[in-house]
Amino acid sequence: MKRVYAREEVCAGCKLCEVHCIVAHSEYPKDIVKAFKKGIRPVARVIVEENRPVSFALQCRHCDDAPCTKACITGAMHRDPETGVVVNEEERCVGCWTCILACPFGAIKRDETGRKVASKCDLCSKNDGVPACVAHCPNEALVFEERN
Amino acid sequence: MNYVIIGNSAAAIGAVEGIRQVDRQGRITIISDEPYHTYSRPLISYWLAGKVAEDRMVYRDRNFYENNNVNPLLGVKAEKIDFEGKKVILAGGADAPYDKLLIATGGKPIVPPLEGLNKQGVFSFLKFDDVKEIKKAVSAGSKKAVIIGAGLIGLKAAEALVKIGVEVTVVELANRVLPAILDEQAAAMVQDYLGKYGMKFKLNNTVARVLGDSAVTGVVLQDGTEIPCEMLVVAIGVQPNTDLVKDTDIRVNRGIVVNEKMETSIPNVYAAGDVAEGFDIVYGASRVLPLLPNAYQQGEAAGRNMAGAETAFAGGLAMNAIGFGDLPMLTAGIIKPDSEEYEVLAKAEPETASYRKVVLRDGCIVGYICLNRVDRAGIMTGLLKDKIDVTPFKDRLLSYDFGYVDFPEEFRKSRLSGGVA
Repeated sequence: MKRVYAREEVCAGCKLCEVHCIVAHSEYPKDIVKAFKKGIRPVARVIVEENRPVSFALQCRHCDDAPCTKACITGAMHRDPETGVVVNEEERCVGCWTCILACPFGAIKRDETGRKVASKCDLCSKNDGVPACVAHCPNEALVFEERN
Repeated sequence: MNYVIIGNSAAAIGAVEGIRQVDRQGRITIISDEPYHTYSRPLISYWLAGKVAEDRMVYRDRNFYENNNVNPLLGVKAEKIDFEGKKVILAGGADAPYDKLLIATGGKPIVPPLEGLNKQGVFSFLKFDDVKEIKKAVSAGSKKAVIIGAGLIGLKAAEALVKIGVEVTVVELANRVLPAILDEQAAAMVQDYLGKYGMKFKLNNTVARVLGDSAVTGVVLQDGTEIPCEMLVVAIGVQPNTDLVKDTDIRVNRGIVVNEKMETSIPNVYAAGDVAEGFDIVYGASRVLPLLPNAYQQGEAAGRNMAGAETAFAGGLAMNAIGFGDLPMLTAGIIKPDSEEYEVLAKAEPETASYRKVVLRDGCIVGYICLNRVDRAGIMTGLLKDKIDVTPFKDRLLSYDFGYVDFPEEFRKSRLSGGVA
């Protein structure tokens, strides 16, 4: 399956990926201004790590053998059998953070903007196509591709 | 192929999913003495607290059995296993023949040697029915509870009871709350937080006597303190529920002993979850690890092996995520080392109840505690599991923004750019 990979040698650490991730998962996925000014602003599901001069974006790797899905106490965290994307069914998530304990990439975040739920990259799977972080990276420091 | 699974929780469900990864055709029967669709045991405290409704308790969708072509025998007790005849004898006399059998009967409460535990008002805190009984008692007017045990189960029970208006005293034999997963310093911060939340504690103490005729009216502690209560919750811990294999030839130590394929000492019989004693990668020995992630993984490995796909489960480790109110904590492995071969890194911020401790052995992480600031703790779980020498970035482990950027470049890139876990 296609996943998002970072090219850290060209990442400028601008964090636009975080901004566009927030927009894509907000109530106004097509309007950056409203996404930030209206309603509840979700947490970014991509994390920019930096220690100058190095920076890169990191998000869920959608592991083939995903430890978060096996550790999840409610069954909310699961792999979509059709697409292979690891997704969290937020309605069933109780925010116990066992997935955070299990994820070796540190790619799952706590979203406490409403009811506590685990928040993670879903490859923008509701939108079909290229994830927002990849589409909006000004330096092509994120690629969406199949690798073995 | 005829698969029979005794049990209907995480290990059993893991086994169904493991079998179906390999064999779409074979017949799977699940036998459980509980009448419920598979549900999440850890959610019982959430249900009692009113945070999760009954229809959200399910561990897998309502159509799980149908989609996986499973025949669920729910509310049916497995009475006996006939290993010679390869069949499970059910209550009422019917039997379920198997080619491959999984014993996933879970745990049962550890009962202290204490008289009076048969009185009305004494509860366990393990199954859905336990909390349904507790809720009934609270609805009927019970206002005070004593909980024996300040472990994970005891404190989740206490939290839920406080939430629904019950006055709670927790009695713990150890010198601190959550003794299995926290050291003294972290435990003091958690106890302080829980105290503000309304829980009372009696540490270094235990219940010596249960008062009341047919129903509980109070308890007397070892030090003579008397606490009036209408409810007594026994939450000392769980032990493998090996009742079904009592007086059989199957090898049992503390739990049913399994190898890395989850095979027991009897051919075609597997065990997984809280009933099993499998490998612990941190301790390097066989150990019962009564934890949901371990149960699921053991179950999945068992299922794959039952269906003929050779699969070794490298082993589990003690790891716990638990939280109270707004105070989460994640812990793993050895958190309180007892010898000098370990190196301990720690930092504490009592004013925010934040604490981070990392335990190293030979340069590798073997355990940690993250209290309150828990984000990205799983990176350490990964390093622990893979036995990575963390010496090059050891100084960064206690930093709240510790991440992949702290890894040596080559190691980071090999983890992030190629295939995935």
